[in-house]
Amino acid sequence: MKTQQQIDRTARDLDSEVHDSNFMGAKLKSERRYATLQRDYDDPDKLRETAGLVKQHTLEHLDTYLEQAEASFKRNGAQVHFAVDDDAVNAKVLSIMNEAGAHSMVKSKSMLTEETHMLKFLEKNGKEVIETDLGEFILQIDDDHPSHIVTPIVHKNRRGIAKSFEREGLGDYNDDPETITRRARKHLRQKYIDADVGLTGGNFVSAESGRIVLVTNEGNARFCMAANKIHIAVIGIEKLVPTDRDLGLFLNLIGRSGTGQQLTVYNQFIKGPKHPGQPHGPEQMHVIFVDNRRTEVLASDCREILRCIRCGACLNVCPIYRQSGGHAYRSVYPGPVGAVLSPLLAGNRFPELADLPKASSLCGACNEVCPVNIPIPDLLLRLRDKAKREGAKEAMKGTPSLVMWATLCSQPTMWKTALSMGHTMNYIPTELVPHPSAKSWQGARKLPKFQGGEFRKWFKNRK
Amino acid sequence: MSSDREKIFSAIRAALDPLPERTAKPDWDPSLVICNPSGEFDSLTAQFADKLTFASSRFFDQVDALIAFLVKEGSTYGYCDPALAALFEGSEAIAFDTEFDHAKINDYAFGITKGSAGIAESGTIMLKDTQTSARLGALAPWIHIAVLKEADIVPNIPAAIERFGDDPSIIFATGPSKTADVEGILIEGVHGPGIQIALVLP
Repeated sequence: MKTQQQIDRTARDLDSEVHDSNFMGAKLKSERRYATLQRDYDDPDKLRETAGLVKQHTLEHLDTYLEQAEASFKRNGAQVHFAVDDDAVNAKVLSIMNEAGAHSMVKSKSMLTEETHMLKFLEKNGKEVIETDLGEFILQIDDDHPSHIVTPIVHKNRRGIAKSFEREGLGDYNDDPETITRRARKHLRQKYIDADVGLTGGNFVSAESGRIVLVTNEGNARFCMAANKIHIAVIGIEKLVPTDRDLGLFLNLIGRSGTGQQLTVYNQFIKGPKHPGQPHGPEQMHVIFVDNRRTEVLASDCREILRCIRCGACLNVCPIYRQSGGHAYRSVYPGPVGAVLSPLLAGNRFPELADLPKASSLCGACNEVCPVNIPIPDLLLRLRDKAKREGAKEAMKGTPSLVMWATLCSQPTMWKTALSMGHTMNYIPTELVPHPSAKSWQGARKLPKFQGGEFRKWFKNRK
Repeated sequence: MSSDREKIFSAIRAALDPLPERTAKPDWDPSLVICNPSGEFDSLTAQFADKLTFASSRFFDQVDALIAFLVKEGSTYGYCDPALAALFEGSEAIAFDTEFDHAKINDYAFGITKGSAGIAESGTIMLKDTQTSARLGALAPWIHIAVLKEADIVPNIPAAIERFGDDPSIIFATGPSKTADVEGILIEGVHGPGIQIALVLP
């Protein structure tokens, strides 16, 4: 059909097994989220709203908090670096490794390193890099990329994974999820022991104490800071919160919102190199604060999106994501958050992704579930407006022209006349109107009889 | 320092300068995040034990019962913090090293280390680097046993955060290491412990 945009086509052509896996995974997580929050709080919205204000406050005072965080990390014995863009982050990590004579790295999940294609970069420069999150490990051996922020391989099934493990020499074909997990445990354990460097992201950073918070279920981030001697944390500048005390809010929201867990299994609070009496753990800690266009987003009228804590709740609840899956968004961040963030982070490639903000029915569910209360539908509208003003072709492609409608709506006399003639609609065979959207709409529905046009008369004559 | 630093700070200031007003920090009370109780409990320890089990961890308050469990699991050789060794030395059923030997990482079936606090509301065990004798001892073996004092059980997360002090690495562990990456099926014991135990002593 002519009215289909790229994301519609991807959804239409999606393998039905992948579709069902995406759909059921998202639905289940949404239901668990709702159940846990309702069980534990009389008014969960109050938490969301407060958390949103804390993040908004932090963003609007980011210079102060970033300076404070820098000082805190230095006080704690960590080295602090800054990187403006993807090339700068990758180069910084490589130079830290080279200076330390480090060859191998174990890394835990980080969406930011997906933005910068760090894995490929380090491998090209002769380093061994191993993703240790089970899902990310499977993506790495398949040369695939995540389709969900929290459950990266929701688009894959056990048979495909079993084949990949067989191909990689991790054992004979076996598609039992427990066997798959045990094999990964065994394989990765040796990698942790042998690695020189552990790289992590950071879910939150307390500016006051210089504590990075890492939230994982598998324990891989703990292992990335056990046998190796160097820890590198790559962190977007929007991850700051003012104090340790504020973490109480976010820790209670992130697990419940993402997977319906009261708390994620492991919450780690890292503020520097290991304690001197501790036999295991990194002796060096490097924190790299990354911009990569976040300051451009901060300067835009969509800065609220920087509050995002990457829980994935908006993906799980979104009727579009549930049908299309994450890869349909053609960028690192899928779903409603991605429809806002990805075009903004694309910089001068904005026009290429300008159709994403239109991939929404504006039902508002994403805003209702957001743990930091981001008004995603409003932001989507602002980006649709931006795409229109900038004449982004990708946003216009395959969508019907609304010029006639716009003219009608902006001319009161024409509108009045049209309404008074509305009854003629009942005598026109509307299914024959040669307008693509009218045709497609009526393919599945019947236009009801026009019964309006009386209000103005009634209003004028009322006593 | 570096030019990247200056660029980032000046971009932030340029972005924020035009804002007519800035959001104030909300003044929120810790009671906001305290969740509805899941039942009626005589003590914090009872609540902790209940939530610990709910989170798929296991609760013990007797050393003998714990040793019997280890024997039943066939987990009779492991690592133990030297400061806790006296608790288990009387038993002939289990054996352990008090120094973590990397070469034996796959031979240790259990690891016994100190826990720094328990969170009653969520069944969480808090580990501090300064009180953990060996990070790998609390992480690599299939069974991890955190030994806690009853007095160290706190009601909720805000109370646990107040106890952070200056420790460089603090861990909240709520349940065993787990994943649902493969088809959403829950598997326990991915990289870390498959069985998480709290031994709470008076």
